[in-house]
Amino acid sequence: MADRASDAELEVAGLHGHYGESHVLHGMAFEVRKGEVVTLLGRNGAGKTTTLKAVMGILRSRSGSVRFRGAELIAEPSNRIARMGIAFCPEERGIFASLNVYENLMLPPEVKPGGLPLDEIYKLFPNLKERLGSQGTKLSGGEQQMLAIGRILRTGATLLLLDEPTEGLAPVIVQQIGATIRLLKERGFTVLLVEQNFRFASTVADRHYVVEHGRVVDMIPNAAVGENVAKIEAYLGV
Amino acid sequence: MFELLGVPPQALFGQLLLGLINGAFYAMMSLGLAVIFGLLNVINFTHGAQYMMGAFCAWMLLEWAGIPYWGALVLAPVIVGLTGIVLERLFLRRLYHLDHLYGLLLTFGLSLIVEGLFRREFGSSGLPYGNPMPGGTNLGFMFLPHYRAWIIVFSLAICLATWFVIERTKLGSYLRAATERPELVQAFGINVPRMITLTYGFGVGLAALAGVLAAPAYNVSPVMGSNLIIVVFAVVVIGGMGSIMGSIVTGFALGIVEGLTKVFYPEASSTVIFIVMAIVLLLRPAGLFGTQR
Repeated sequence: MADRASDAELEVAGLHGHYGESHVLHGMAFEVRKGEVVTLLGRNGAGKTTTLKAVMGILRSRSGSVRFRGAELIAEPSNRIARMGIAFCPEERGIFASLNVYENLMLPPEVKPGGLPLDEIYKLFPNLKERLGSQGTKLSGGEQQMLAIGRILRTGATLLLLDEPTEGLAPVIVQQIGATIRLLKERGFTVLLVEQNFRFASTVADRHYVVEHGRVVDMIPNAAVGENVAKIEAYLGV
Repeated sequence: MFELLGVPPQALFGQLLLGLINGAFYAMMSLGLAVIFGLLNVINFTHGAQYMMGAFCAWMLLEWAGIPYWGALVLAPVIVGLTGIVLERLFLRRLYHLDHLYGLLLTFGLSLIVEGLFRREFGSSGLPYGNPMPGGTNLGFMFLPHYRAWIIVFSLAICLATWFVIERTKLGSYLRAATERPELVQAFGINVPRMITLTYGFGVGLAALAGVLAAPAYNVSPVMGSNLIIVVFAVVVIGGMGSIMGSIVTGFALGIVEGLTKVFYPEASSTVIFIVMAIVLLLRPAGLFGTQR
């Protein structure tokens, strides 16, 4: 599509999603431009994680439109979507117990040239390098999160879907993850972030979409977060 | 010492050897079952029929195409493995999201059909298959037939190679990861449905390979699989589903236990594995090497 007006990396429109009988996404619509860090904010159960899974193709019963660089993904299986350059870091981190740290790190295949070399990943997360032989799930929560992010940086994917990467982590590790996301932005990665912690989100993101009952109800540029704190807190129910 | 035990050494070592050979088959069969169950969530009751198909495939290759044992050792597992791939594509893949029970019923039914067809065609008395390695060596304390030694060495090599591929290679890391969380592995860009198909084909091929290995040692008969499979399931239960090495060790160990029981208390030799199974289930319900899932 040569005549695309925007430089949107990801365009989601009219996205519906179901878990069995329950209708979870009711026409999600948003876009993420190339090089942006965008968050989906919202309460528990609003459909943020489901949105990421629907974009990634992990949620099979989905309809509507998900376009990545103009290509329609809605009918593609998740392995094909990954091969196009999208990578997913799940909320529960998805570290494999039967794999050691190195095997976990090397598991996702390279889908495009241009991923971060291992050396740089070790520089970002020095803890990982010291524990390569350990069983994946023997790592601390923070280290598991670093592993879960580190392994998708290798693959050459340019759009990263991160599901609550700071959940349950100590403040110093949250800062480290924030620094990592800023570095990724500098490197030209595009990031779609699901967060409950909007104070953290406001330190890394360009824009925030507020999600309620499976649809986007508001969009707040990060520059306008200061004057909208009360509104955001009302949305999040904090 | 042997006089003390009241057992002649020839009998002891003879039964130990038989036990090791049975153990070799238990290990190869339970290995395939464990790999298939791990990834497909299907208890492959056709495994015994596929073992029998391997033996018959070797027999047909010899009788109808003149292809000797060594050719069949390669060809029969590939041919029977391909029938497994067709089976997975046509039937099994529709059952993954359902309870284990459905896979078990389907594969059990299929094994009855396959066995019935072979029995109708070939009768149930069994067909001879010539020994490709006649002769043996006198070790002083016992006589070791060459083919029996080959069974043990070859099956051990196959088991260890399978262990190595699954536990120590990149391909194996995909398999282990997909056993834990297939949807995430697929979201990394790996074609998990294809991997499942090939894994089933591999497990079936392993059963067929055991069948070829068994053909010269026993008769080739339509019921050879169903005789073996019940014991193999007991072995799987004792070893647990969690570990590849566990399946191998349990298989060989139980073969030896069975052999020794034949020497010291023959009356219990056909039940000893089930007694061990009952004890293990009481003490460690997930099996000796298994993990709760």
